[in-house]
Amino acid sequence: MKSQKIKILFVVVALAAIAIIVPNTNSFVLLLATRALAFAILVMSVDILLGYTGLASLGQAAYLGVGAYLTAILATRYQFGLGYDFWLVVVFGILLGAALAAVFGLLAIRATGVYFLMITLALGQCVWGLAYRWNSLTGGDNGINLRARPKFGIDLANEVTFFYVVFGFFAVSLLLLYTLVRSPFGRSLTGIRERELRMKILGYNTWLHKYLAFIIAGGFGGLSGVLWAHTAGIVSPENVVLTTSVDALLMAVLGGAGTLVGGVIGAAIVFGLREYLSTLVPWWQYVLGAVYVLTIFYLPTGLMGIPERIRQRRAATASKDQEKKLASVTT
Amino acid sequence: MTCVSLRRLVPLLLGGGVALASAPASYAAEELRIGVIAPMTGIIAQVGKDMVDGLNMYLEETNGTFAGAKVKVIVEDSQAKPDTAVTKAKKLLLQDKVHMLLGGVLATEGYALAPVSTNDKTVYIASVPAADDLTQRDLPNYPYLIRTGWTSSQPHHALGQWACDQGYKKIVAIGADYAFGHESVGGFQKAFEDCGGRIIQKIWPPFGTKDFGPYIPTIKADADAIFTLMVGPMVVQFPKQLRGAGITKPIVGGGTSYDEFALPVMGDEVIGDISALQYSAALATPKNEAFVKKYRAKYGKVPSYFSETNYTSAQLINEVMKGTKGDWPGAEPFVKAMAALKIDAVRGPVAFDDMRNPVHNIYIKKVEKKKLFGYDKDELWNTVIKTYPNVGQFWTYDKATFLKQPVYSRDFPPCKFCQ
Repeated sequence: MKSQKIKILFVVVALAAIAIIVPNTNSFVLLLATRALAFAILVMSVDILLGYTGLASLGQAAYLGVGAYLTAILATRYQFGLGYDFWLVVVFGILLGAALAAVFGLLAIRATGVYFLMITLALGQCVWGLAYRWNSLTGGDNGINLRARPKFGIDLANEVTFFYVVFGFFAVSLLLLYTLVRSPFGRSLTGIRERELRMKILGYNTWLHKYLAFIIAGGFGGLSGVLWAHTAGIVSPENVVLTTSVDALLMAVLGGAGTLVGGVIGAAIVFGLREYLSTLVPWWQYVLGAVYVLTIFYLPTGLMGIPERIRQRRAATASKDQEKKLASVTT
Repeated sequence: MTCVSLRRLVPLLLGGGVALASAPASYAAEELRIGVIAPMTGIIAQVGKDMVDGLNMYLEETNGTFAGAKVKVIVEDSQAKPDTAVTKAKKLLLQDKVHMLLGGVLATEGYALAPVSTNDKTVYIASVPAADDLTQRDLPNYPYLIRTGWTSSQPHHALGQWACDQGYKKIVAIGADYAFGHESVGGFQKAFEDCGGRIIQKIWPPFGTKDFGPYIPTIKADADAIFTLMVGPMVVQFPKQLRGAGITKPIVGGGTSYDEFALPVMGDEVIGDISALQYSAALATPKNEAFVKKYRAKYGKVPSYFSETNYTSAQLINEVMKGTKGDWPGAEPFVKAMAALKIDAVRGPVAFDDMRNPVHNIYIKKVEKKKLFGYDKDELWNTVIKTYPNVGQFWTYDKATFLKQPVYSRDFPPCKFCQ
């Protein structure tokens, strides 16, 4: 329990550090940090499924997509969501993401493992197809440009203000999801991840638990989409495409599945390499590739798993020393 | 050319440009900073390389200065994604404090970059993105945008007229299923049908299709010709598979279907195919001959229109800077000055209409295998067989009437003669 408190303290300090340091850096770094945080909410939603429930979803970009398209369409067609009604759009975005997940979940939750992967992939591609083909609503391949960011007392067009808003959403999402995974419901999800059959025998309706987790993840995906639309200023099928889902999944794995905060670390590293390193050197893709490969090979628990591994190694050497001592004593 | 070899090539060849990009920004008053956004990775990375090469070649000819102002080109990789293009544009504006943005390839990138230029009051030169509405219905939103390339429908209006003049009555259109394809097919259809022709079928394979097996057999047998609009990897595959299937109908191709960067990897089956664009590497002018020879000696390949349009953009920037004697005039005067220019470019005379889109020649080109410009091998060239001089984006239509109709799309103009 004590170590858990230290961990929480550590995360809080790290978040505070981000909130203080980032706005004082170069404005391009600020922009990237905003993007990484908005996307990190999606990555955390993937983590709820992957890390806590044991379901690898390849269609998570769909929820980001509906949230983002909702925001863009309301803003450009109806001038809605550009004042205080921005908060309504946030609510709608979450509800729409959750509603879509509720529909998709009916189809997807029945499957497990690779089949779950395939079904979520197919459903995600359906949303992509809609975004790409429904020209009159989504602008097709050209996407939708958002001309302005909301203004309500504070002006979100200011990058620093906007960063704090996104940061706030991220911190609240993290807190909510953390509470969720520590709740009895969250524990049951972990139980399902470990051994679904046993949970069933214990009397849990595992289908319902997974279904609810799926809906919650969809809701956070929708939230991430609302923020993403205003962050990027353009919503296009590129946001819903398979690689966006894969990115989210990889970021979760890179940071460490089943840790929540791993998501933001993964997002920061990938955005940092892809968007920042690529402005410095042309061989950034090799670095990104190497990071993925090395993580999978040497850190299957992700970057968040490093402290744990160090501790294990220490414990292992300590117990070895112990054995040696014992051996020397007995002989 | 595979992605892997491209990824290896591009860094090597662009080392110079990127080294520049990583150097710390200096803020000398007489320095002109141009932020170039081009795909350096991904499936259209080759296009990005051509763009940067064209620009750099002009810059070398002027010893890296425009009218005394030292020019600094900073290239950023858009990865051909609109989101990334925006991020990189912001990087160029915030970190490098560029005077202008130039480039983007896909229409989506154009649409993503134009609002950035508006918000930051920075010049955006759309040297490649061809989305019609950037300089048509949406132009009032983008006061700092000027186009040096073309609108998707611009060459295809002329091609539609040409096809009609050849006596073709029924044509099947097959085009990549995204905005650029829709607008190109739309322009062709409009001009062709207004002249009395009929588009009897429209087929829309997705962008990036490599296997046309499901589409080729559906092409109607009573068509006189086929209009194709292929992009990227589709360009090489379609003619090969069409001819392989034994269909010998004449092809009239859209601007990108027979571009110079595809010709060297195409087989003899494309000989005789027609296409239309504002540039051909085989253009028989001394200016172009010199351009092609120099470019080829330098970069080892024949320039494509992507090279030419960025070379010409650099030339236009230089002309504006000459007018101000090397001082940066500010975004709005810059755009205004450029729009008033009339220059003799590699592609021929270039001027601008009042919506800041180029008015230039449209060349109807035929693929021929021959020796050209003193090269000793038989190669495929886009021989110009007809020139439509000074073609604007509205073709022969009245501007006001044209702008009242919706932008060309999958459903506009409607396919009246499709069953």
